[in-house]
Amino acid sequence: MDLFEYQARDMFEKHGVPVLAGAIATTPEEARAAAERIGPKSGGVTVVKAQVKTGGRGKAGGVKVTKSPDEAQAAAEAILGMDIKGHTVGTVMIAQGARIAEEYYFSVLLDRANRSYLAMCSKEGGMEIEQLAVERPEALARIAVDPNTGIDAAKAQEIVDAAGFDEADKAAIADVIQKLWTVYREEDATLVEVNPLVKTEDGDIVALDGKVTLDENAGFRHADHEALEDTAHTDPLEAAAKEKDLNYVKLDGSVGIIGNGAGLVMSTLDVVAYAGEEFGGQKPANFLDIGGGASAEVMANGLHIILSDPQVKSVFVNVFGGITSCDAVANGIVGALDALGDEEDRPLVVRLDGNNVEEGRRILAERNHPRVIIEETMDGAARKAAELAAN
Amino acid sequence: MSIFLNADSKVIVQGMTGSEGMKHTQRMLKSGTTIVGGVNPRKAGTTVDFEGGVTVPVFGTVQDAIDATGANVSVIFVPAAFTKAAALEAIDAGIPLAVVITEGVAVKDTAEFYNYAKDKGTTRIVGPNCPGLITPGVSNAGIIPADISGGGRIGLVSKSGTLTYQMMYELRDFGFSSAVGIGGDPIIGTTHIDCLEAFQNDPDTDAIVMIGEIGGDAEERAAAYIKEHVTKPVVGYVAGFTAPEGKTMGHAGAIVSGSSGTAQAKKEALEAAGVKVGKTPSETAQLMREIMQGLAG
Repeated sequence: MDLFEYQARDMFEKHGVPVLAGAIATTPEEARAAAERIGPKSGGVTVVKAQVKTGGRGKAGGVKVTKSPDEAQAAAEAILGMDIKGHTVGTVMIAQGARIAEEYYFSVLLDRANRSYLAMCSKEGGMEIEQLAVERPEALARIAVDPNTGIDAAKAQEIVDAAGFDEADKAAIADVIQKLWTVYREEDATLVEVNPLVKTEDGDIVALDGKVTLDENAGFRHADHEALEDTAHTDPLEAAAKEKDLNYVKLDGSVGIIGNGAGLVMSTLDVVAYAGEEFGGQKPANFLDIGGGASAEVMANGLHIILSDPQVKSVFVNVFGGITSCDAVANGIVGALDALGDEEDRPLVVRLDGNNVEEGRRILAERNHPRVIIEETMDGAARKAAELAAN
Repeated sequence: MSIFLNADSKVIVQGMTGSEGMKHTQRMLKSGTTIVGGVNPRKAGTTVDFEGGVTVPVFGTVQDAIDATGANVSVIFVPAAFTKAAALEAIDAGIPLAVVITEGVAVKDTAEFYNYAKDKGTTRIVGPNCPGLITPGVSNAGIIPADISGGGRIGLVSKSGTLTYQMMYELRDFGFSSAVGIGGDPIIGTTHIDCLEAFQNDPDTDAIVMIGEIGGDAEERAAAYIKEHVTKPVVGYVAGFTAPEGKTMGHAGAIVSGSSGTAQAKKEALEAAGVKVGKTPSETAQLMREIMQGLAG
């Protein structure tokens, strides 16, 4: 889960990372009130910043420096509702102004290739880090971080040495880096990035912007993380699926997909997209993995979610009976169809293979449901489902 | 022969007395696995009876189980919140192979126990979030159904459980030396490369199927390894061409971030290394079928 900047700011503050005062607003009036509170800390200057989970908001006009509550209100008026790379701005942060002397970069993240963590740090912050990494790789220090020892004082020293900071600044920056490591470790983050990390004209080191990604698998030890979810921007079908503990991702095609196992379902989407090329570019409408134990209830919940999507014209149920036997899956499908009743008339293409497949196919054949079409192979079923979606 | 798992494998199950542990211990026994014990500190000294007249003793610790039975494989079924502790216990006891089936383990926990095992150097980790591995007809450590395919001379390594089953099913007339489900998490213990190396060195494996999916660059690195070190034929499959950027597709590690981790890049890397890549699972199976028929002829 990616956090908004203001959420990252609050999380930094909780762990002692120096940040500037900031408050969020969803209306221009709230923005004005926030600027009235925060402005006096920095001679009336505040920065109104769009809260979107994408980069490049500055270039898009989503960040404005303002000198009075009137200006802050006007800036919020302009930024709220703005579209930045497909993200509609619903919230702005009104932050205290800063007198910046220098801009740096720091991040710590999961390093999948080395099955470890990686810290990156540069004296040259502010610009897009991908750009810096390509244009001036020597300016970006990359230091491996052992997950079991983390960033202690010695590791923080190694990082600031490698980045080549001035001796006078190293101690203060190393101290902030250790605090950012605390955020990473204590909050089960997979990314903590500060760009820019600034030195102010007064010589203070401050995290001016923050990006944090949290590991959802670690939710069991962070009761407070659930509240950080951006429910306003979640697709309603994805939200409904999540409530039923279904692993569902909304896509924009016409063939609804249900399968068991993440790999098989991803593969099913691909096979449907290939088959769909023949039928006017039919595409998968969703990803839905019902997991190992496809009970009638899980199947019914899954079908219900998929059929709530008006874009869906046909459904492809693709199950390989590994641990689950196909007779249980077939009973699940029949039960789900009976529960859905006759009002639903979109066709369901079913491909079953594996454990007890004959019995599974027999159950479906015996029920002889008018909307169920049984196909023997995954490729054949994908083709049929795409064809039906095109009609 | 086979990789990682053979007739001498003596398996213990951490979490055997839980419902998943019980179910799969029964299945592992039925498929011929030598199960020598379960581990549960609260039930140490008791025994569990399984169908087929097998009685399995329960030990308080992995160390006790090893001391009493000579166990050399542990299959871990404990819930995600306790998986790190279970894995650390197995590593401390020096078990040569720990297979972590559990899904939903926090990546920090995996990073910590994987690196602990790496530093200690005595335990191979498979998983987490994986179906385990099977040497058909000989031993089965995990949840791969033993009745999909018998033994043979194809080696299989896959990030996905159900695609493992699908591929074993498609190629069941040839059979498998070993099949390893390495798991779909961002950090896993045993990689494609580890399995490719082991299959290359296994005299009873003639050809290798490698299944990957979006996220990370494990397939690209495996392709580089194949180019340098693997002389046996390799057929590949990659899932997730249609996955949108920034969305996690079921597996915690299956995510395209920006332009990295795409199925297209993985396919191209594998093809550049001389690997034939199937467009669908059945086309992939067909490519392997042709290779096996060619080797037989």
